[in-house]
Amino acid sequence: MAASRPNQLFRNKSAKIAAIPMIATALVVFLGGTIWTVAHSFTSSKLLPKWDLVGLTQYERLWGTRRWLISIENLMIYGVCMLVFCFVIGFVLAALMDQKIRFENTFRAIILYPYALSFIVTGLVWQWILNPEFGLQHVIRSLGGNRPPAECEGVGLSLSCWLSGIEFDPLYNPRIAIYGILIAALWQGTGLIMVLMLAGLRGIDQEIWRASRVDGIPAWKTYLFVVIPMMRPVFVTTLVLIGAAIVKVYDLIVAQTGGGPGNATEMPAKYVYDYMFGGQNLGQGFAASTMMLLAVLIVVIPWAFMEFGRKNRG
Amino acid sequence: MVDLTSSVAAGQGARELQGPRGPKPRKVVTRANVLIYGTLIVVSLYYLLPMWVMVMTSLKGMPEIRVGNIFAPPMEITFEPWVKAWSGACTGLNCDGLSRGFWNSVRITLPSVAVSIAIASVNGYALANWRFKGADAFFTILIFGAFIPYQVMLYPMVIMLREVGLYGSLTGLVIVHTVFGMPILTLLFRNYFTSLPEELFKAARVDGAGFWRIYFRIMLPMSLPIFVVAMILQVTGIWNDFLFGVIYTKPDLYPMTVQLNNIVNSVQGVKEYNVNMAATLLTGLVPLFIYFISGKLFVRGIAAGAVKG
Repeated sequence: MAASRPNQLFRNKSAKIAAIPMIATALVVFLGGTIWTVAHSFTSSKLLPKWDLVGLTQYERLWGTRRWLISIENLMIYGVCMLVFCFVIGFVLAALMDQKIRFENTFRAIILYPYALSFIVTGLVWQWILNPEFGLQHVIRSLGGNRPPAECEGVGLSLSCWLSGIEFDPLYNPRIAIYGILIAALWQGTGLIMVLMLAGLRGIDQEIWRASRVDGIPAWKTYLFVVIPMMRPVFVTTLVLIGAAIVKVYDLIVAQTGGGPGNATEMPAKYVYDYMFGGQNLGQGFAASTMMLLAVLIVVIPWAFMEFGRKNRG
Repeated sequence: MVDLTSSVAAGQGARELQGPRGPKPRKVVTRANVLIYGTLIVVSLYYLLPMWVMVMTSLKGMPEIRVGNIFAPPMEITFEPWVKAWSGACTGLNCDGLSRGFWNSVRITLPSVAVSIAIASVNGYALANWRFKGADAFFTILIFGAFIPYQVMLYPMVIMLREVGLYGSLTGLVIVHTVFGMPILTLLFRNYFTSLPEELFKAARVDGAGFWRIYFRIMLPMSLPIFVVAMILQVTGIWNDFLFGVIYTKPDLYPMTVQLNNIVNSVQGVKEYNVNMAATLLTGLVPLFIYFISGKLFVRGIAAGAVKG
């Protein structure tokens, strides 16, 4: 449909010259850079990259490093929770917003504004709110009068003692620190998912709703069995977007916990950065980033085929 | 359900019979409505809470923070934390506050936005109207590039910039932002230019206009909205960037986000939470301002820009 004209080498000269930055970016940075990194992940590069092939040594060391294994475990927990909560919260909010409500724009503006903020800002705010000494935990304990533990010893059921002893310090407790990150990430990201889902819901033909109402099908059943299956393309796109964002999570960790306490909130992207630019161990950084690339490709390639295939058919 | 017959039956004069017109009146307070609005209001409070805490904390003095409740409004409002965050907070040995980071971010964002949009719009135009052999292949690689984790391309980019002597400079960072912003922007512009009526382009061709003339005389004036969307996308994206700023610049050129993180997460000295929150708010102010003035265009931008992740 675009202007197709005889392909002479000089006819389109201006267009070709204009496209040089794009071609250079695509070939040199994206393709070249990726191949370079993957290739150098098989070398023993330390402080500087050097072409000294050592096979899979870097990968063996990577998968034998405790910090990397913790990073992967964290990514799994964070990823699964993020996916589930983003989808559920995003969809429920979008469904609520789709009930022809008043003040829709106000509600949307409120739910979406965190998305305009950077991960650094998000991380620092939640670091403050979850601060056990002054933040949420302190506020809850104050409700119970902040009674010292000694005073409560031997006292049976007492609301004030229970409140004063409550523990909510996700960022200082290694076992649950990752969920502290999750709270912040959900606050920042669900607005976007809601907007995408809402766009999907608005794309559904109103006739469907009318038909199901005539048949007397309850609304929740219509959502579950008719609307959600119809929104598959939106879900798939959202899935890919969240998936790609999950693998890249970095700034949030740096701002909120710095990977701590201990190694409790380490993530692969932070591993890569620390080894490449802090630890002077380039080979490890390359190997870890190649693993990240692999993870993303596993998500993206099937999706690209689906998208591509659909366009060819349609 | 309110039935019409009752209102007709109740109406006894001609006036009442003429009575209510328009669509059927709906009851406002129903169980469903209470549920919907109740949920939305509770959710909204959750989303507003951190903003409230930030503002309140930044207006309190440290003694009040130590004894008080983070959700409570300040008993005594003070703007000192804001002044200190802007012009007196320390990162390492420098104690000139966030203002330096702010101006660095301005100096980074403006040229990056201008250059990346200029290049991407021409790319999109070439892809939409002047297809040449192989163009689609490059475009596919470019789009794939949007999904590849940056981590894979970070180091090669360092080497390339070092080779041309731009590593650690402002120009280098502008190039980095242009390169990594290119996939999504090019996609945005290509799709927009493809949607414009092709006859315009053909007519201009018949009249003998060339590549650049059509771009500047016809395409540019017609595509103001998409340029605004691209600008929103890029200004917020580049302002909020942390990773590229910390890798490709030197400490005296660090953007605001990096400086903010260094101020708040520094291990030395007494923690001044009110100053930290004032600094955090200051950093968030620019994207928030853009968000609230741009309204629907922002939503359009992120729907396209979500790919950037």
